[in-house]
This record gives sequence, C-alpha cells and structure tokens, in this order.
Amino acid sequence: MVTDGATARIPSPDIQRMVTWVRANLFSTWYNAVITIVLVYGLISALVGLAGWVAQAQGWPAAFTNMKLILAWTYPNDQIWRPQLAVLFVAALLGLSAGVWRGVVQLVAIGAALTAGILAVPAIGLPEFAGMVGLPSWLALATSVALLLLGIPIGRRAGGWLRWVLIIAWITAYPIVILIVRGGIGLPVVETKLWGGLMLTLLLAISGIVLSFPIGVALALGRRSRLPIIRIFCIAYIELIRGVPLVTVLYMGSLLLPLFLPGGESVDQFIRAMVAVTLFSAAYLAENVRGGLQALPAGQTEAARALGLNVVQTTFLITLPQALRAIVPLLVGQSIGLFKDTSLVVIVGLIDLLGAAQNVVGQPDWLGTPGGVWRETFLVIAALYWVFSFTMSRVSKRIEDSFAKSRH
Amino acid sequence: MSATLQGDDIIICEGVSKWYGSFQALSGVSLRIARGEVVVVCGPSGSGKSTFIRTINRLEEHQVGRITVDGIEMTSDIRNIDAIRREVGMVFQQFNLFPHLTVMQNITLAPIWVRGRTRRASEARALELLERVGIAEQATKYPGQLSGGQQQRVAIARALAMDPKIMLFDEPTSALDPEMVKEVLDVMKTLARGGMTMVCVTHEMGFAREVADRIVFMDHGQIVEEGTPEALFANPQQERTRLFLSQIL
Repeated sequence: MVTDGATARIPSPDIQRMVTWVRANLFSTWYNAVITIVLVYGLISALVGLAGWVAQAQGWPAAFTNMKLILAWTYPNDQIWRPQLAVLFVAALLGLSAGVWRGVVQLVAIGAALTAGILAVPAIGLPEFAGMVGLPSWLALATSVALLLLGIPIGRRAGGWLRWVLIIAWITAYPIVILIVRGGIGLPVVETKLWGGLMLTLLLAISGIVLSFPIGVALALGRRSRLPIIRIFCIAYIELIRGVPLVTVLYMGSLLLPLFLPGGESVDQFIRAMVAVTLFSAAYLAENVRGGLQALPAGQTEAARALGLNVVQTTFLITLPQALRAIVPLLVGQSIGLFKDTSLVVIVGLIDLLGAAQNVVGQPDWLGTPGGVWRETFLVIAALYWVFSFTMSRVSKRIEDSFAKSRH
Repeated sequence: MSATLQGDDIIICEGVSKWYGSFQALSGVSLRIARGEVVVVCGPSGSGKSTFIRTINRLEEHQVGRITVDGIEMTSDIRNIDAIRREVGMVFQQFNLFPHLTVMQNITLAPIWVRGRTRRASEARALELLERVGIAEQATKYPGQLSGGQQQRVAIARALAMDPKIMLFDEPTSALDPEMVKEVLDVMKTLARGGMTMVCVTHEMGFAREVADRIVFMDHGQIVEEGTPEALFANPQQERTRLFLSQIL
C-alpha cells in the first residue's frame, strides 16, 4: 500500500491546510475534542431527525393548497391579476431605475430578482386557484425577474428623460399600487377587509418603512433643534411612542381613535393600522438617525458653515448624508423588524401572512391529519418571512460595501 | 466711529471678550488687520488664539466687543454672518473635508450652492486651484484616499474656490506628519506673496519669519505683544514672549 505511488498520495495543499485548521481549532485539546464530537453528533442527529420528519409529515398540502389564502387572503380570485400587475409594475420600475442610477439601486434590483427567482421554483408546483384570472404564481414571479433584469440594459441606454419619468413614477408608485389593488376609477373596488396574507404584510411593511423615513428624519432633526417648542415636541413624541408596545399603538389607532375623531369610524381599518405602524416606526427611526448625526465630528458642521452654507444646506448636503450612510445596518435591521412586527395587526382584526397561516391551520379539512398541520404550515410561512428578511440583510451588506470606499 | 471708515483695515476687532461659563477665554482683544496683510498669531496652548481666530467668522460667538470684517459688523443677524462667511475662507487643523464627497465635489459644493455658479464653471475653477496646490490628478478621489498633506491642500483649494478676501488658518500643519508640513507651507507662502489677507494660528516660526508682516503673541486670552517678525524675534519686550519664543525656536 505504501509502496505503490507514494508520491501521488501526498495530500494537496488545500487538504493539508484543512487538516491543520481542524486540528488547531477543533481538536487542540482533549476537552475541545470532546466538545467537538458531542456537538457534531448532536447536529447530525438533529438533521437526520428533521429530514425524516420532513419526509413523513403529512401536513404539507395544507400550506400549498391554500397558497392563495396565504398570499392574498380573500382577495377575489377573478381580480388576482391586479396585485400581480402591481408587482410587475414595481419590478419594471426597479429594473429601469437600476439601469439609470446603477450603484445601490442596481444592488437592490439584483437582490429582488434573485429572491423572486428563488420563490418561482417551488411556485411551479402550486395548484391553480378556482376561477382565477391572472398568471400562475411561478409565471408572475418569472416575469418580474425578467422585468428586473431586462430593465437594467434598457435603462442604461435610455436618455436623460427616463430619469425624470422614473422619479415621478417612484413618487406616485405607492398610490398607483394602492389604486390598482383597491380599484376605483374604472376598476371594481376591492374593499381592504378582503385584503390579507403576504400582500397585506408587504403593503403594511413597505408603507411603514417608506412613510416613517421622512417623519423619523424630521423628528431626529427636530430633537436637535434650537427652538425649544420643536425640540420638546419631538422629545415628547419619541419618548411617548417608545414607552409603549406596538400593540398599544395599534389598539389606539384602531379602537380609541375613532371615538375621538368625528366620523372616525369610517376610516379604513387598513389605513388605521398603516398609520399606527408608521408612527411607531418613526420614533425608533428618529433615534437611529440622531445617533448617526451625533457620531459626526463637529468639524464637519464647522467646515460647512465656514464655507457659507446655511443650516438647511449643511444638514441636507453634509451631515444627513453622512449620518444615513453610517446607520444603514441599523435602518435595515429596523426594516426587517418592522416587516415581522406587522404580524401584530392580527389583534385589530387584519389577516396578515401569519394570520392567514393560523386560519389555514384551523380549517376543518385537516382535522384528520395526525398531529395537525401547524408545524408544516408555519415552516412554510417562516421560509417566506426568512426569504424577504434575508434579501434585505444581503442588500444592506452590499450597500455598506459600496459606501466603504468613501470612508477613511 | 472713525475706526470703521479709516484706512484699509479689513478686519477690525475692538475689545473682544468671550467666556465659556465662568472661564474667560478672551479678554479685550483689539487688533486691526490691513488688506493684504499676513498676520501670524502664536502663543501657548490655551492662550485663546484659536478661539480668537474663530470669532472672526463666528464659529465662536463673542460676548463683548466689536468685530467688523470688510465693512460688515458681526452681529447675531444671520444675514451678516453669512455675508461675512462668504468672504472669509478657513482652513482647519483636522482638514474637515467632507468624506462622502470626492475632492472635486468638496471644492465645487460651496461655489455652486452659495455663490450660485454653474457646475461647469465651478469645476473649471476647481481644477485650476488643484493645479495651483499641485494635486490636479486627485480630483476624482475621496478624501480618505489622500495623505494628510494632500487633504490639507484640498482644504485650502476648497476655501479658495469661494474667492475669499480673507483666509483664516487654524493650526494648519499641526496634525501633519513632519515630511508633509513643507508642502502645505509652500502653498501658504505662495498665497501670502500673492497678496491674500491671511490670519494664521501656527507655531511654524520659519513661515512667520519668511512671509508674516506681523506676529501677534497671545497668552491668557490677551494680546501680550505684537510686532514685525524681525523685531519680535530679535528683541521681545515682554518676559512671557521671550520665554515662549525660547521654547519653540
């Protein structure tokens, strides 16, 4: 054995390095060796157990046959093309913007395309919804991937006019999406009480993130203001909101506010939740932004003022851009938190992604399934939450890297 | 009254005093600086020299006394302050370049936003200034990619881009590695010989001897002594001045 081709048996440098690493890090002492073996054994048995359970679990059909409820709740089947159109509209916008602005926007677009592509694969196996008018889920996702990627070269080649079209389109994007989904002007109205599932979660989270951003920045600047009235108002607001749980704010918005406002009962439940989530998020965002502002050296403001820039110019050209860059990880962390916190709207009667899943689990169809279907269903939901959260955190990492070169 | 009308004095300080809480940082500083004059302010640390130079463009507010810059009196009226700041360039010890902007953007920012010049004109002027301070090839870099000496030269170009009538230097070479001090001082000397009104807080006595018209020695928030470099170095009148000069020369 040793004699035949001893030279060929010398391990390659890679393997040697691996062996050295394992020895140095996992088996350096006898107790490290014991810990390694115990942990590896535990990990393997857990994985084997999980794989075995996944294979024999009978509850998987619950999530997949009810995917319509999970994605869009009781949104009418014959109108399902409208949320799909909204998704494609945003995908096209994002793709074109990535071509025009490149940089960070391009990172976001590619991240979104990857996520949609990954989701499209399991979506191929989804059953058709009865009476559905629209694309099959996998085709809708594949189309949005295509729009995201095709938009980049098109946007790159287009003239400067596209820039202005896109700016206007982004400013009006949220109202347009709501118009498509809710209806009015020519389209049959779909009441918000029929909305739900992933669609509701995304609409709430995106509006919360987008709307709380300007409010949060304004609060952060206000808290640093020299005018006592503004400063005190901002401090009071921030500390009041941060002092109560989101559940309380949601209850306030949805149950108490209508009692105080004239005609308040007619305010849409979705809008109430949206306002509550936005106002809640803004207080936390304000503190993050303030932290970023305070970390800046005083010399930055002094240099700007010495050049003759006024307070507004100094804030928007010098301090705020630097502060926001510094807190990208915090902002994304907060966005991920908000995305998942929207599941609390269940307590005010809205059915979000989690609410839809709970409903599916409780359907009488699954009473006969041994052990119930909740494990399988919630795993599917968890995977959905994870895909979106993970996309956000990857995009955040790429944004940080692209800013890194302009730091010291 | 006659003071503001008299002669060609571009900076007039009369009895300027300032307190931080109960600590008096400046006590009755009076100084007149003529158009085109180069004044070096020196003194031990904590003597109030930086505080004094920073009152000239209102980065520090004085509580007593009068400061008039280019015929505009410094009051708490923000329009007066902004008018003065447009005419007064400043270079800091820590450079204070804007790290999120390129060298070119650092220099063109104020001309575009404050002077209302076009981007093209500002960029042409910026290149000219970068050429003058010897780093035209760095225009597209970020400040973090430059050496300290290069950053400070960019900071000088940034201040000059506003076409100021006065340049303030607050210890411009104190944060630099020794081998980079010369490149910054050379730029400052060229500027001084070109007729710029300059007020420099610095310990570079070689620079003072070469280009300063006047040296002002401060201690404990007061001007102890002032005079031409020759007179002050050769024959200081005050004991404190003599002691200070013996320590740094």
